[in-house]
Amino acid sequence: MIDLNSLTITSARKKLDAREFSAVDLAQAYLNEIKKKNGELNAYLEIYDDVLEQAKTADDLIAQGKSYPLLGIPLAIKDVILVRGKKVTASSKILENYFASYDATVIEKLKKQGAIFLGRTNIDEFAMGGSTENSAFGVTKNPHDTRRVAGGSSGGSIVAVASNLALGALGSDTGGSVREPAAFCGIVGMKPTYGRVSRSGLIAMGSSLDCIGPATKTVEDAEIIYNTIRGSDILDSTTISEETYPKPPLKKELIIGVPWDLVNGEGIDREVKENFAQTIKKFKTFGFNIKDISFKNLDMALAVYYIIMPAEASTNLSRFDGMRYGLHKDGKNLLEDYMLTRGLDFGKEVRRRILLGTYVLSVGYYDAYYGRAQIIRNMLKKEFTEAFKNVDLIATPTAPSVAWKIGEKSNPLSAYLADIFTITANIVGVPAISLPSGFIEVEGKKLPLGIQFMASHGAENLLFEAGKKFEALNN
Amino acid sequence: MDIKDVENLAKLARIELEEEEKKSLLADMESILGYVKKIESAEIGNIKEEYNLYNVWREDISEKREFSPEIIKKQFPDSQEGFLKVKKIL
Repeated sequence: MIDLNSLTITSARKKLDAREFSAVDLAQAYLNEIKKKNGELNAYLEIYDDVLEQAKTADDLIAQGKSYPLLGIPLAIKDVILVRGKKVTASSKILENYFASYDATVIEKLKKQGAIFLGRTNIDEFAMGGSTENSAFGVTKNPHDTRRVAGGSSGGSIVAVASNLALGALGSDTGGSVREPAAFCGIVGMKPTYGRVSRSGLIAMGSSLDCIGPATKTVEDAEIIYNTIRGSDILDSTTISEETYPKPPLKKELIIGVPWDLVNGEGIDREVKENFAQTIKKFKTFGFNIKDISFKNLDMALAVYYIIMPAEASTNLSRFDGMRYGLHKDGKNLLEDYMLTRGLDFGKEVRRRILLGTYVLSVGYYDAYYGRAQIIRNMLKKEFTEAFKNVDLIATPTAPSVAWKIGEKSNPLSAYLADIFTITANIVGVPAISLPSGFIEVEGKKLPLGIQFMASHGAENLLFEAGKKFEALNN
Repeated sequence: MDIKDVENLAKLARIELEEEEKKSLLADMESILGYVKKIESAEIGNIKEEYNLYNVWREDISEKREFSPEIIKKQFPDSQEGFLKVKKIL
C-alpha cells in the first residue's frame, strides 16, 4: 500500500527512481482513491481512460534509467487547459461537446517530462467565481467540511490535491483562483509573474490578468511544477523572457511588508486577523524582518478588477458563437443562432459578467469605468514598484474568511468581496503564493486558513525561499 | 439603469434573456456598479491613460504546429468540403 497522505512529488520521485513502486502502482492508487471519494467531492469531471497507459509509458522510461522531476507523477488538470483529443468544457454547457485539437504549451511541457494526467477538474464556469458553485456540472465540496465550498475557481484541482486524488495540479488564476481555494483547503497555491507561463491553450477569461499556476502539498512541489511549465513561448506573445525582470539575489534576512490598514479593515473576519497576526509573529521569530507599509490606492484594487476583468471576459467570450466549439442551437437566422446558443448555454454568472463588461466598454461609459480603472491600475503598479524598493515580500491573509457554506453567498457582490486580498497580484502582475497558516474550529470542524505573499515582478524565488523556510520551521 | 438598458446590452452581447432574468440582472448590475463606482473617489489628478504596450515580432516563416484539423472539422455544426458552413449574413 502506498501511503498517499504523506507522499509529495519530491518523495514520490525518489521512490519511483528507487523502484519502491512503479508509476502504474502509483496511478492505480490514485484511481482507487478517486473511485472512493470523487462521488462526494466532485473534484474531477472526467477521469481519462488512458491513465494506466500513460503510467506504463512512464515506467518504460524509468526502466531505461530516465528520471525527470515529474516522470510518472499523477497530476490533475483544471478544465480550462487543452489536452489534445480530450474533452475540455470550462465547466460550461456551451463547451460540453468540445474536444481540444492541440495541447496547451503547459501540457506539452508536462508530457515531455512524462507526467501522468489523471483527469480534468471542476471549476466555476469559465473560471468565473471563487467557489465552483458556478459550475454547470455541480459544486465541488470542501474535504474539511463537505457542507462548505472548496473555493474557486480552480476548486476541483485544489480538492484533488488536498484529498489525495492527485499529487499536484494545474489551475489558472485571474484574481485568486488558485490561491483562494488553496487557502480554503489547506494546501499551497501559486500564481507566477504575469507572462512567466505560456497561456497558449488556456481558455481565456481576462487576458491582462490570467496566469496558470501550480497547486501542491508543499512549496518545493510547487517549485518543481513551476520550473517545468515556465518559459517564453512563440505561441503566446505575452510571455516574458528570463531577462525581462532581474532575479533578485537571496538575502539572509528577508523584509516582509504588511499593509496593516487593509488587513485590519472592514469585512475581514476576526479569526482571520488573529491567525494572520500570529503567523506574522512566527515569521518574525523565524528571522524575517517585518515592516508596516501602506498604499494609497490599494483599497481601489477590487473595484478596478471588477471593471477590467468583465471587460476583457466579455471580449474573450465573444468567440463562443455556436459555430466552432461543438454546441449549436439553431434559430431562424444567423443572429438568432448566436442569441439562442449564448443565451441558453452560458450560465448566469457568465451572462452577468458579459453584460457588465459590455456596459463598462460601451460608448459614454468607457472613460468613466474602463479608462479610469486602467489609470488607477497603473498608479497601483507604480506604488508596488516603490514598495518593493523597501521590502522583499508583501504579506496579507489569502482570503477574508474561511470557506463559506454552499449557497450562502447568493448576492454576487458578496462573493466578489472574497477576492479582496488576491486580486491585487493580478492587477499589478506580480507573483504570489498562498501557504497554509493553520486551522480554526467552526461548528466542530477544523477549517484551514492561508497566508499570502507577493513578491516583485520576476521574484518567484523569494516566494519559494520564504515558503520553504516557513514549512521547515513551522513543523 | 433600467430594463431597457439590460435589453440593449444583452442584444449587443448576443445573449437571449428571459423576462425574469432581466430583472434580476438589473438588480445585480446596479449593486456591482454601485460598488465599482468607488473608483470615482480615487485622486488621479491629470494622469492620462497610459499603456506600456509594444509589438512582439517574429520572423515571417511558417513553423510546424502540432494540431488536429480533423478534430476541429468534426465539431463544425455544418460544413461543406472541409469548410465551416454558416447561414447567410445579409
